[in-house]
Amino acid sequence: MRLLTHNMLSCNIKGVTNGFPLKIEATKVIEKQVDLNVDFLKNMFLKVEWKALVEASRSMGYAELPEEADSSLLGSEEFLKKFHHALLELHLEEGALICPETGRRFSVTKGIPNMLLHEDEV
Amino acid sequence: MWYLCVFFHRLLDFRKPEVESLAKLFGDDDGDGSLQWKLPQHHHPDSPFHLVNLPSEHVARSIARRSILVKGIYELWGEASNYEELEEAIKKYPDERKLPFLSSDTTFKINVDTFGKAISFQEQTDRIRKMSYIPFKGRVNLKNPEQIFWIMETDDYGSNNGLPPVIQRTVFFGREVGAPDRKLIPTYQLKTRSYLGPTAMDAEMAFLMANQGLVASGKLVYDPFVGTGSILIAATHFGAMTMGADIDIRVVRDGRGPNCNVWSNFKQYGLCSPISLLRADNNLPPWRPDLKEVFEAIICDPPYGVRAGGRKSGGRKLLKGIVKPYIVPDDKRLGHIPSTAPYSLAECLHDLLDLAAKMLVMGGRLVYFYPVLRDNTTERQYPEHPCLKLVAISEQILSLRYSRVLLTMVKVGKYTEEIALEAKARHLEFKENHLKWLEEGNLHSAVFSPATPNLDVDGDSKLGKDATPKYRGKYV
Repeated sequence: MRLLTHNMLSCNIKGVTNGFPLKIEATKVIEKQVDLNVDFLKNMFLKVEWKALVEASRSMGYAELPEEADSSLLGSEEFLKKFHHALLELHLEEGALICPETGRRFSVTKGIPNMLLHEDEV
Repeated sequence: MWYLCVFFHRLLDFRKPEVESLAKLFGDDDGDGSLQWKLPQHHHPDSPFHLVNLPSEHVARSIARRSILVKGIYELWGEASNYEELEEAIKKYPDERKLPFLSSDTTFKINVDTFGKAISFQEQTDRIRKMSYIPFKGRVNLKNPEQIFWIMETDDYGSNNGLPPVIQRTVFFGREVGAPDRKLIPTYQLKTRSYLGPTAMDAEMAFLMANQGLVASGKLVYDPFVGTGSILIAATHFGAMTMGADIDIRVVRDGRGPNCNVWSNFKQYGLCSPISLLRADNNLPPWRPDLKEVFEAIICDPPYGVRAGGRKSGGRKLLKGIVKPYIVPDDKRLGHIPSTAPYSLAECLHDLLDLAAKMLVMGGRLVYFYPVLRDNTTERQYPEHPCLKLVAISEQILSLRYSRVLLTMVKVGKYTEEIALEAKARHLEFKENHLKWLEEGNLHSAVFSPATPNLDVDGDSKLGKDATPKYRGKYV
C-alpha cells in the first residue's frame, strides 16, 4: 500500500467521526521506483491532506517532507522528488492501520489493506 | 474536414461511441462530444464504411491509432460505383490536396481491401495497375512507406451474403491518415495472461472501456470490482495510475501464488503496478469523508448475478446459540473473517452512481456494464443520477435472452448532500419501476431457466421481428 492510498482511507466503523488519519504500524516497508509524472503530482497535491502525509511518511521512516507545504513549492524539482517518493514509492508491505478513535486494527498483508468491517461494526 | 472511417465488422453498437469518445480525448474543443456522421450512398448503417467530420488530420490520426474498432481513417480521394467513375472522381479531387503526397521525395504503397468478398492476388495487382493515371512520383516501398493508399471495394450483393446489405457496388480510394496498433489485442489477449478469474474482462472490451473512460497518461482510474485486474491493465497500458478494490481478499491478495496474482499480471506486460489494491466493500467505502473529485474515471463490470453475484458487509447477524445481534468476541477479533450478505444489483448500482457522483472530477467518466433482458416487452430504462449525464449506450448481445449494455456517464454537476438525497429518492423510484426484475435472482432465472414449449414458439416468432440483425448467423 502506498501513502497516496493511506491519505484517502479512513476508518468507516458506524458512529466513528474522526477515523482519519489512520495510524501506521509498519512491520515491513519496501521501496519501489516509479516514473515521476509531474502533472499527476500537481493534481494530487490539491487532494492530499498534507499533515497526514508527513505523519505517515515519518512512521515509514522517511522524514524529508517539510512540515508545511503550499502550491508554490510545486515549481521546485527537489520538492517534487520528495513528494513523489513519499506518495508513490514507499510501500507498506506488512503492518497495520489503526483507527485514531477506536483503536481498531486494519491489517495490511502482502501490501493489501483489509478495510472490511466485522459484523458488529457495520 | 470529412474523413472516411472504416470499422471492423464487430461490436457494431460500440463503434461510433468509441470514435466520439476519442475525438473528445484528442480534440481541443469543449463541445458535447458528438460528431457529424454520414453514410456513403446506398450503405446500410451497419456497414463498416462511414464518413465522419473531424477537426483536423492530427485528431483523425490520434483517434485511429488509439482505437480498437477502427480499421483505418482515410482522406477520401474518390468514391464511385466502378473504376471508370473512380478515375473521374480522383481526377476531380483538388491537386493541392493530392500532389504533396505524390512528390518524388516520398515513398508509398497501394493496398487493396475488400469487404464481403475475396479477390485473388492477380486481381489485386490489376486494380493497382489501373491507378496509373494518378501521377505517383515517389518510390514504392512495401515495408515502411511514408504514404499508404487504399483501394477498397464492396460488391452489389444486396443482402445475400449475410453482411449488411449493399445495393450498389462501391469503390473507395483514399490516403491513410491513421490506423491502429494491430499488436495490441494479441499482446493482451486473455489466453496468454497468467492470472484469470471466471469473469475476467476480455482484452478488446477492456480497451474499449478504457477508451470510453478517456483514459490517458497521469489520470487516476478506479475499479471498485477489480477482481483479477483486467480492466485496470487496459487503463494502465494507456498510461493511467490505477486503484482497485474488491470484497474478496483471496482474489486481490493471494491469487494463485507468488507469481500468479493481480500484481504479476501487470508485471507480465511490463506495466506500472496499481497505486493500490485494497479489500473494501462498495456498499461501505472506506474513503475519508471529505475526500471528493479524485478519480478521472471509474471503470468497472459490476457483479450482476448471472455469472457472479455481489456481496457486501454485514451478513450473519446471529451465531449458533446466540440470539442477540452478533458480537465478535474480543479474543477472536484478530483473525476474524466477517461474513458477507448478498448485494443486490439495484443497491450496487445506487452505490456505484453515488460513488461516481462524489469521487469523479468534473467531466470525469463512469463506464460500466448493465444487464438487460431481450424480451422486447419492457422499455429499457437506465440508472440515473442528477450529477451524471448518460452519453453512450452500447449493447453487446450475449444470448437469445439477455445482453449487457456498456453505459458511459459524464459528471456534469457538483455533488452535495441535497443532491445525494435527491438521487436516493430518484433511485428508489427507479428501483420500484424498473429494477423489480433484477431482484432475488430474477435475472439469473430469466437467463438460465429452461424455456417453456410455449415460449419457444413465441421466441421464434419474436426472432423474426428482432430489431437487431444477425450477420452470418451471429450478432456482431
